[in-house]
Amino acid sequence: MTERYDVAVIGGGPAGMAAACSAYENGAEKIIVIERDREPGGILNQCIHSGFGLHYFKEELTGPEYAGRFEEMLGKTGARLMLDTMVLKVTQNREIHMMNPREGYSVISAGAVVLAMGCRERTRGAIGIPGTRPSGVFTAGAAQRYVNIEGFMVGRRAVILGSGDIGLIMARRLTLEGAEVLACIEIMPYSNGLARNIVQCLEDYGIPLYLSHTITEIMGKNRVEAVKVQRVDESLKPIPGTEMIFNCDTVLLSVGLIPENELTKEAGIKIDPRTKGPFVFENMETSAAGIFACGNVVHVHDLVDFVTAESKKAGEAAAKYAINGNSAAFNSDSKAIINGENIAYTVPQSIRTGNADKFAEVFFRVKRVFGDSAIEIKDGEKLLKSYKRQHMAPGEMERIIIPGDILLSASGSLTISAKEDEKL
Amino acid sequence: MYDVTIIGCGITGAAAAYELSKFRLSIAVLEKENDVACGTTKANSAIAHAGYDPRPGTKMARLNVLGSELMEGLCRRLNVGYERTGSLVLAFDGKGMKAIEELLDRGQKNGVRELEIISAERTLEMEPNINPGVLAALYAPTAAIIDPWGLCIALVSSAVVNGAALRLNAEVRAIERKEGYFRIETSSGAFETRRIVNASGAHSDKVSEMVTKPFFKIIPVKGEYFLLDKSQGGLVKRIIFQPPDEDGKGVLVAPTVHGNLIAGPTSERASDPEDISVTARGLEKVLNTAARSSGKIDFRESIRNFAGIRASAEIDDFILEISAPGFVNAAAIKSPGLTAAPAIGLEIVKLLHEDGLELIEKEYFREYRSETLFRDMSMEERSEALKREKRFGRVICRCETITEGDILAALKSPVPPVSIDGVKRRCRAGSGRCQGGFCGPRVHEILSRERGVRMEEICQYREGSFLLTGKTKEGGAI
Repeated sequence: MTERYDVAVIGGGPAGMAAACSAYENGAEKIIVIERDREPGGILNQCIHSGFGLHYFKEELTGPEYAGRFEEMLGKTGARLMLDTMVLKVTQNREIHMMNPREGYSVISAGAVVLAMGCRERTRGAIGIPGTRPSGVFTAGAAQRYVNIEGFMVGRRAVILGSGDIGLIMARRLTLEGAEVLACIEIMPYSNGLARNIVQCLEDYGIPLYLSHTITEIMGKNRVEAVKVQRVDESLKPIPGTEMIFNCDTVLLSVGLIPENELTKEAGIKIDPRTKGPFVFENMETSAAGIFACGNVVHVHDLVDFVTAESKKAGEAAAKYAINGNSAAFNSDSKAIINGENIAYTVPQSIRTGNADKFAEVFFRVKRVFGDSAIEIKDGEKLLKSYKRQHMAPGEMERIIIPGDILLSASGSLTISAKEDEKL
Repeated sequence: MYDVTIIGCGITGAAAAYELSKFRLSIAVLEKENDVACGTTKANSAIAHAGYDPRPGTKMARLNVLGSELMEGLCRRLNVGYERTGSLVLAFDGKGMKAIEELLDRGQKNGVRELEIISAERTLEMEPNINPGVLAALYAPTAAIIDPWGLCIALVSSAVVNGAALRLNAEVRAIERKEGYFRIETSSGAFETRRIVNASGAHSDKVSEMVTKPFFKIIPVKGEYFLLDKSQGGLVKRIIFQPPDEDGKGVLVAPTVHGNLIAGPTSERASDPEDISVTARGLEKVLNTAARSSGKIDFRESIRNFAGIRASAEIDDFILEISAPGFVNAAAIKSPGLTAAPAIGLEIVKLLHEDGLELIEKEYFREYRSETLFRDMSMEERSEALKREKRFGRVICRCETITEGDILAALKSPVPPVSIDGVKRRCRAGSGRCQGGFCGPRVHEILSRERGVRMEEICQYREGSFLLTGKTKEGGAI
């Protein structure tokens, strides 16, 4: 006999813990959280800087403090926390195959499953940086683990490629630890990180940010010895004659995060090629009934506070599913969200009106930087609603609330687009 | 005093050591790096060629076909990845048609079995994802995909288990001929030996010149590759070539025994035998040429680029001969050197015997079987493994599902790894899509703990490729 749980959560990071807490608050009794690492908290454990919790707790916490609050809340729910345990397979009928050194291989089943496996970093191989392959090229997150968890320095003179938040945070961290950070190189004409991190992690320490530049060669026989940096043109191709050489022993890559959906794909759950995460409905249910997803496994977030909010939604829906044995609205009328002009992706990708009679929350990213601008929701050519923004950037996730009456009035699908505000 | 010393532990040196260790001989293998399989052996197309490329009558032709025949049995006995996928050479125009007919003729002269030219329809039925503009293809069912470094490690491990001495970090600096023996000076001491096999790959001209007059020059030729995620691994089932051009066999697209897709190589004269850098131009060439074989390859799913050096020489054949009394050259072993390796091993034994080496077979010779990874075990084997070692239950590398037990087994093997990449080559930890982003620090920790070496001293690959430069101010006191 396989042991049965009401709700099984895969991943004990911020998403998984929030989903489990919310499942408990919404009536699920037997809950399990399965975490591959030796402690819960996920990537928050190595994010020892502050800036977490401003939205959710209304105070500024460090990553481990934020994780600690949820660990404490999770403890009070009586949920079982399985650490050092790897999930090997999830099936559509919600069986979970897992393994750890204590119990070996085991299988459980669950009334509802929440996928909360987080994301991984893009690597050098994914972006194909030319040059030799010496040691000293780290993804920013791996470097962060060495520095903040293990207490080791990864280098003395670093260049950061990409202006993602982890790279910016590590620029400051390495500087504080006595290393020299020579530059942060970003191929796009704008930064991919939060504006506050550009100021607090680069500008405050005099670290130059080279926009529209990239590393075109890594040099060094055994350990990195230098990098060649060039300006890029509008099609992102290096411009000859703009070469600069930085003598460094370390390159940190902060060139994007990819949701980790190997389990999801193996389970046959539909993936959105834009987010690289599962396609989800308004309550974070995936294409497989009773399997929900939340956090960075769905789409990469900027702020953990938003991960928490999304995960609570998933946890609530999972509890309801486990209790009722189905999603009341699984087959109700659904409205697809179509990505119009300048929209990179939306989450959810579809809204079932039966679950969103009052309103629906939609998260999305724009494809380029905007000043005064408008987000428009259209039903075909018909404008249903417009939202004003003073600034939008691909590095900052946007959120809109679509009122229930507008949702119901739409004929089939809704198109979201962004444009410069002409009236201003 | 060794009976035979082999210089270089790539696939050629390892194959020689394996064959020689079947006889009552004292054998040494000298390797300049801190691990075996660090040169061409770790960076090539990972193919056992059928044998229709080499000019008939050459050593390359004979040893390729023999090696291809021996390869499957050898890989099965040593538990090394091998899959007889077959290969296709696609023709897209009249020139291509002429080329595959020539290859068919050569292959038949070389004794390649089951070669045939097949129609476009049949080609597309076998490989629906290739370029539909194909006119016909040369089909070679005997071609295979293999695990080159796995084979090298298993071969030298077998030799070590049977008494051969492997000396790592021993770069040969000088060879002195004495009365009936040689004295070899290396970066870690001197060795005396009656006979020498020079299997030093891209450096084999320099090593040969320590004993013989200069008579060949190695021309290092660089080949750049893409390795793609398993999501692309099933795109083609066979090795897909285009007709060879002046640069060699051209860019291939093939599945790997590990489930990935490989595309490459380019063919560029390299500035030095250690230049394994990748270039924007080279990668672009692979991308564009591979796209001609199949337009469906998603290069955004690339997980690694690499380059390898082929040890070519002016002469269009292997240099495999007694070049001086007691001194056998196994040089200029370019493609199809990997395929030919099992046959080259036998050939080296034959040459040493011709040179006067007495060969008495050992009564006991035990082949070393590579460890089966936990993920590849049957359910019974898994529960058995878990009873023996609980740490088979701890997954360290998520992408490849490699457990701590697998890593510990590699560390206890006859030729244990010392570096992060050494662990990767033995049990694949860090070879997946995150390229060690998650498991790198964990593997690092296990290596440090099991070897009893400080974290700062563990290298990514060779000596000097250190990962850490010291402790933080707090020294990890969090």
